[in-house]
Amino acid sequence: MPLSAGSKAPATFGALLLRGLLAGLIAGLLAGTFAFFFGEPKVDAAISIEEAASAAQAAAEPQTSAAEEEPLVSRDGQKGGLFLATGLYGIALGGILATAYTLLRRRLRTPSDTRAALGLAGAALLGVVLVPYVKYPPNPPAVGDPDTINQRTISYLAILVIGLVAVWAAVVAQRTQPTEWRRAAAAVVGFLVVVVVGYALLPNINEVPATFPPDLLWSFRLASLGTQTVMWTVLGIGFAALVSTGSREPAREAVPA
Amino acid sequence: MPKATTAGPLSTPAVSPRLLWTALAVVGLMLLITYLVAFDQGAVSRSGMYLHELMHDGRHLLGVPCH
Repeated sequence: MPLSAGSKAPATFGALLLRGLLAGLIAGLLAGTFAFFFGEPKVDAAISIEEAASAAQAAAEPQTSAAEEEPLVSRDGQKGGLFLATGLYGIALGGILATAYTLLRRRLRTPSDTRAALGLAGAALLGVVLVPYVKYPPNPPAVGDPDTINQRTISYLAILVIGLVAVWAAVVAQRTQPTEWRRAAAAVVGFLVVVVVGYALLPNINEVPATFPPDLLWSFRLASLGTQTVMWTVLGIGFAALVSTGSREPAREAVPA
Repeated sequence: MPKATTAGPLSTPAVSPRLLWTALAVVGLMLLITYLVAFDQGAVSRSGMYLHELMHDGRHLLGVPCH
């Protein structure tokens, strides 16, 4: 694609960053809305199981202080806090996406800004959502041993890095191949090699109590996957839209109204 | 292979050392925000466990390990 002589100066990092943050805020609020309607009922159900278990324990051991502490944040407060959490998370992810776009745009071999933005968001969905999800599926309240939280957090961060390395390996591998089908095959192989090695090296974690209802676990995990998918899908499409709208504006202005 | 670049006004600036440092600072700030949402237990936010508890449900539903 030849560079047209009359092209304008490239967008500043600040302009791209602003678009990323805005797309991230929208994505975060929509992901929060999804989570509010589909995830919160599951969180409520899990918390009632958690409370029933601790009440039973308190009844069995009367010497331990059974006095319920006043919660720091009420359940209603936590449901509002959900939007704060997803909104902030979305803004941060949008900022990171915009930065990655700024630094990598010239290395992505597509003339289309839209495709570049969507490709990066899709890579992130694969690398930091789907790869971690299969190894360490998210758990509702009442699942998980508080004593292992540090180890689980480190493992989770490690799988995020492995997911991103796997996506990078797929891109590097496909660029070594001359034909289209061989590029596709190389991408899959490069991705799988990293993921399989990563899955094998990281410890398995299963702390789901035998008494926890399997259907509730399943529907919570589905709601969590939905929340994260909404986040990255809206972020990708929103950022792509803001980037490409910006680049088409001059053409529109040239058309007499 | 020639690099495909776009000519649109929103195509990206050339990557200079200054841009790299700015980008690094921005990513650091963004990671601090994700840390506050996902992992902090009061050590950074100086709010005790208040923010941690406030964003509890989001953390679970965003797939982050939590208690």
